[in-house]
Amino acid sequence: MNTTTMKKLPPKPVTTKQRVVKWGTWILSIAIVIWSCTGIDFGGIKDTAAEISGAIFYGLFHPDWSYVYNGSGEDLVSQLWETLCIAFLGTFISAVISIPFAFWAANTRHKKFWVSETGKIVLTFIRSFPEIVLALMFIKAVGPGAPAGVLALGFHSVGMLAMLFSEAIESLDDGPSEAITSVGGSKFNVAVFATMPDLMPAIISNTLYRFDVSLRSASVLGLVGAGGIGYPLIIALNYRQWSRVGIILLGIIVMVVLIDWISGAIRKKLV
Amino acid sequence: MSATDRDMLKLPKKKFSMWNWAWAIFMVVGLILSVQETNTSLSQFFANFGQFGEIFVAMAQPDWSYAGTAIPYLVETIKMAIISTVIGSALAFVYSLLIARNIIHNKVVTGVLRFIMNIIRTIPDLLLGSIFVAIVGIGPVAGICALTVFTFGVVVKLFYEAIETIDPGPSEAIKAVGGNNMNNVMFAVMPQILPYFVSYALYAFEINVRASTVLGYIGAGGIGLQLKNTLDMFQYNQTGMIILVVFIVVLIIDFVSTKAREALMR
Amino acid sequence: MAEQPMIELKNVTKVYPNGTVGLKDINLKINKGEFVVIVGLSGAGKSTLLRAINRLHDISEGDILIDGESITKAKGKQLRLMRRKIGMIFQSFNLVKRSSVLRNVLAGRLAYYPTWKTTFNMFTAEDKQRAYEALQSVDMADKVYTRADQLSGGQQQRVAIARVLTQDPEIILADEPTASLDPKTSHQVMEDLKMLNEKYGMTVVANLHSIDLAKEFGHRVIGVRAGQIVYDGKMEDTPESVFNDIYNGGNGKGEE
Repeated sequence: MNTTTMKKLPPKPVTTKQRVVKWGTWILSIAIVIWSCTGIDFGGIKDTAAEISGAIFYGLFHPDWSYVYNGSGEDLVSQLWETLCIAFLGTFISAVISIPFAFWAANTRHKKFWVSETGKIVLTFIRSFPEIVLALMFIKAVGPGAPAGVLALGFHSVGMLAMLFSEAIESLDDGPSEAITSVGGSKFNVAVFATMPDLMPAIISNTLYRFDVSLRSASVLGLVGAGGIGYPLIIALNYRQWSRVGIILLGIIVMVVLIDWISGAIRKKLV
Repeated sequence: MSATDRDMLKLPKKKFSMWNWAWAIFMVVGLILSVQETNTSLSQFFANFGQFGEIFVAMAQPDWSYAGTAIPYLVETIKMAIISTVIGSALAFVYSLLIARNIIHNKVVTGVLRFIMNIIRTIPDLLLGSIFVAIVGIGPVAGICALTVFTFGVVVKLFYEAIETIDPGPSEAIKAVGGNNMNNVMFAVMPQILPYFVSYALYAFEINVRASTVLGYIGAGGIGLQLKNTLDMFQYNQTGMIILVVFIVVLIIDFVSTKAREALMR
Repeated sequence: MAEQPMIELKNVTKVYPNGTVGLKDINLKINKGEFVVIVGLSGAGKSTLLRAINRLHDISEGDILIDGESITKAKGKQLRLMRRKIGMIFQSFNLVKRSSVLRNVLAGRLAYYPTWKTTFNMFTAEDKQRAYEALQSVDMADKVYTRADQLSGGQQQRVAIARVLTQDPEIILADEPTASLDPKTSHQVMEDLKMLNEKYGMTVVANLHSIDLAKEFGHRVIGVRAGQIVYDGKMEDTPESVFNDIYNGGNGKGEE
């Protein structure tokens, strides 16, 4: 490049506003991170931490196989089965409750704006209502055990599931519902004859996905006494039965992986 | 319509209805089994609904004076969420590059690392919490550890998938000018994936704020401990206050982070 | 020319893992300063041939020499230094869309630096000026700080040419440089390639879909069909029938 007519590279044109925004974002982010490290008590770590994590690892590789099945109903397989049932029933209940909520929150035509907005706010509230608190409330109502877990999952999942359903409704083609309205159908007719058939794949797919999530939740609900595998786990942790902790963790991992895999395969088939 | 046309139309319909039957049977059997196993009965629920309603009504009248007590714990909770988001996402960043098949071509390495990631992802946050409480003892450190691992699982999955879907063209161009793998990452991959990374980290932060509010229940620091105390002492209007402030904070954080993510993707 | 050829392919065969034969026993010599166009149907192996030359694709058999040096046997740093001598222009431009034009052009200098320097973006002022001058010669200087995704297709391809110019190679491989562009910008891009060929003496090897552009710009034509070279000759000596033949018995329609 030997031509003398070549111009010099001009400096990058940056406006003051861009510069302020850029530096401001950096400084703010760093300040927030530093602030969050202050005032937290990092000193309270037990001296035995390394020893215990070692013991848990040892337990993972030397699990208590005798716990897998002993016919008492308190063994791993029965507890996992109960967890699975809690998740299944909870998801089923929430899917049923979610459908009317979804129609409420879906922002479709022929509907006033504020109706769907209030629906969305209610769903957001349900979503952020902690599952554990819900489980505790149900424990107070129906006593400790699996039913409280089922109900907690059933109500909590509505927040997310109804939102997913309502998004599916919003993306539906308007034609079929107009056709039903034009032959003189009521709103209920429209929902049953036009919307539901088109909606079915989305409902099944989202429910299956929610089942995966609920299964993970179901395995921790036991920590507060709402049934399932969580309870024996917390007992084993408290009594330092590491090989039992190991087998329970393995059991949960295997169950979750298996169910994820199955539901993933079904969802793939649906699309 | 000819006879063959009718045959062709009939077959898929039959198959579909078979699937429907399989579904229906599966559902009914599943329902019966799980109702039996969990001893759930609707009548029991409705019989006790009054009690549930009472708690709910008490919660709906939050004790405003309690806000002063609740907020410092909430601040601690948010701090926990921030620290663990930063550490967890940073770990996830490096790990994602190692398991993306368009960057590391060694299938054994990516395969093993992916297997480990998938195992970590199966463990729910509260379970991680209770394990870490057992390891490091009661306090926010256990919560931070649990959320860090949880963040890692969330971000890694989303991020490595984003990396694998980038446009391979620029990488080809970097290779063609004589660049090595590091040049490829810095010049072709990074600019394409950085906005996704920040977006996923913010998303993980949203989840973390929600998750951290209950971690205290099992002793892993933050406002969850207050949640437990007020419930144990039947102070439902204080519980209601906690839920309300958590709800507001979650709403604000969701709003800010959604706006930030929209700005990033421009 | 009596001196050694710039690019030499010796019995080059490429078989894909699924058994498809990409290239079949290709022998080819291209001298310094030539402007070669490769024509053929899509799937004939033009792209594979080009990518074999800078080893974006590994070949199964044979040897490829660049300026007398085997690229097939080169490894690691040596391979990258050889690639530095070979610029490439792509059908889909292959710019990093979210980066600035300047950064895209500077990428052409990557192989001149140790990795850590480029990682921290430590390019010399001299190289930045070089990049800017390259942009000026393709008439894109005013877009130097624009993000690449805000440019039109033709502008992106010119930025890609500036990247090659900054790389300062001896050979340019152009893989369907005009296939994503309209006729007018296609012409402009080909003019830029011609400029690189005539002004800087770079050897250009271009795959072209368009017979018209091939005729206008190529000095030498190589016809490829089913992974084999079926024609090789000077452009002015090439009768129309050759093109018809390459595009399968006179059916040259729809190739623009």
